[in-house]
Amino acid sequence: MSTDHLTELIIFAALFLLVSVMGFVASRWRRPDTMDNLNEWGLGGRSFGSWITWFLVGGDLYTAYTFVAVPALVFGAGAAGFFAVPYTIVVYPLVFLMLIRLWSVSHVHGFVTPADFVRARFGSPTLALAVAITGIVATMPYIALQLVGIEAVLKAMGVHGHLPIIIAFAILAAYTYQSGLRAPALIAFVKDVLIYLVIIVAVLYIPSKLGGWGDVFDAAKAKFDQTPAPSDGVLLDGTNQLNYATLALGSALALFLYPHSVTGILASRSRDTIKRNMSALPAYSFVLGLIALLGFMAIAAGVKPISADGKADTNTVVPVLFDNMFPDWFTGVAFAAVGIGALVPAAIMSIAAANLFTRNIYKEYIRPDATDKQEANVSKLVSLIVKVGAVACILLLDPEFSIDLQLIGGVIILQTLPSVGLGLFTRWFHRGGLIAGWAAGMAAGLWMLYQIPNPAKGKEHFGGSAYKLSELGLDTKMTVYVGLLALAVNLAVAAAGTLVCRAAKLADGADATSDADYTADKGDPEVKELDLSASA
Amino acid sequence: MLLPAIIIPLLTFLYNRDEPRLFGFPAFYWMQLAFILLGVACTTIVYRMTRRGD
Repeated sequence: MSTDHLTELIIFAALFLLVSVMGFVASRWRRPDTMDNLNEWGLGGRSFGSWITWFLVGGDLYTAYTFVAVPALVFGAGAAGFFAVPYTIVVYPLVFLMLIRLWSVSHVHGFVTPADFVRARFGSPTLALAVAITGIVATMPYIALQLVGIEAVLKAMGVHGHLPIIIAFAILAAYTYQSGLRAPALIAFVKDVLIYLVIIVAVLYIPSKLGGWGDVFDAAKAKFDQTPAPSDGVLLDGTNQLNYATLALGSALALFLYPHSVTGILASRSRDTIKRNMSALPAYSFVLGLIALLGFMAIAAGVKPISADGKADTNTVVPVLFDNMFPDWFTGVAFAAVGIGALVPAAIMSIAAANLFTRNIYKEYIRPDATDKQEANVSKLVSLIVKVGAVACILLLDPEFSIDLQLIGGVIILQTLPSVGLGLFTRWFHRGGLIAGWAAGMAAGLWMLYQIPNPAKGKEHFGGSAYKLSELGLDTKMTVYVGLLALAVNLAVAAAGTLVCRAAKLADGADATSDADYTADKGDPEVKELDLSASA
Repeated sequence: MLLPAIIIPLLTFLYNRDEPRLFGFPAFYWMQLAFILLGVACTTIVYRMTRRGD
């Protein structure tokens, strides 16, 4: 550890300490009578208004990994990395259409997780188990990637080794255990203020030092023109346009199926709160677009990523850019923004995964007579285990492998769309068909991912999520996002399976919900005020 | 009403070009940032139309 980065380290550590204290104090914030049930610990009392929801969901969806990886992708591949922008534009109208119905039905019936909904809608604990396991498996690497984000910042400060990360996560685990969803909700305020500050300064200050935006883009273009790879550049070429659009759509569909985004939405107070947020959240997309452009600024500034063991870690381009451009004290603030940006989503994700385990595995299969207090305790414990698992992923596995897992996570979480997403609109599918479709989609998705090589990284398998259509016998160079192809397989099998099950007169599960449940709002008689734990 | 906000940002042929530049931004970038405003407009209108009042 060198003294060059001392100022940065001090500011980073001070801000980190501040949010840790906030995390512990959060249990007193909007204090409930008891923290001994999942509605309080896991959903913050389901009482968050517009502002808190805005910060919470924003903190949830725009993670440290996003801040580090999206510009790294733009740095490496150019326009293709900008998919994050259409992706986050498309996601809000989709949420508007779908999750708002999930909010209503969940408040009427006291659902805590998407798998709770599936169980009641299709009368199938097995399908709910499939949804819950998919959610947990997809979330774990996501949490691990938050650590990759912190590590990139630490590397830029000259701190190597894993100890700091273990300490950071131990503190995070402790206050999540104590305060539940209230901790990330409170910390999200600090995180977002810092992020906005840093990004506004970055987009005004850095280009002016580099000669203006036009020069930034021209420098990027010059770099990509020199490289042999055909698909990079400041614009898309003929082969990756379809992939760009399908990746944006697929990621948007996947995003709100992730248990942690559902957690953020369910914690809000009313339908209007969600709707208002859907029109206000795109402010983050704007910031994300600007963050993506940091990748081009890094090119123009001639940033060289930090390499370890001969392998350049492109995730460090943004931290290095900040380090080169900003005065030390502001670099410290910027790094703290990224670091804290990792804590908020990591906390929400571990809570969401823990809720899934408790509601749909523990209560369903292990202890059906668990009390509310036992549920809350199990969730707290599982949230610890999930974090230990995430740290173990980083310590024991190559970080590269976590990125692969994240890639897989996005594809597999999409396979819950027919039961969770479409289930909100139609009860047409048979539970047998849905289970078959889920299995087929998972298998198809994993098989396709396995087949994709990445010559640039010298990998034969799991090299990316762009599937060549020529592999399917089509005469084109176009590529498509694997998740959507797998989803198509899933839907086809689910539909066919439904017809077969009907023809064979297999018993279908009972639907515990009614049409009116999907539009119920705060104040309606069937929406219980706080005694939500009684049902389900 | 929400459909344009979902479909338009996915039509890459609309914006996959360099010119015209705006403040030095190629069209590819400023147009997509502009679509954010389109998304906000659509969701806000729908929100206003369906609001029940807190």
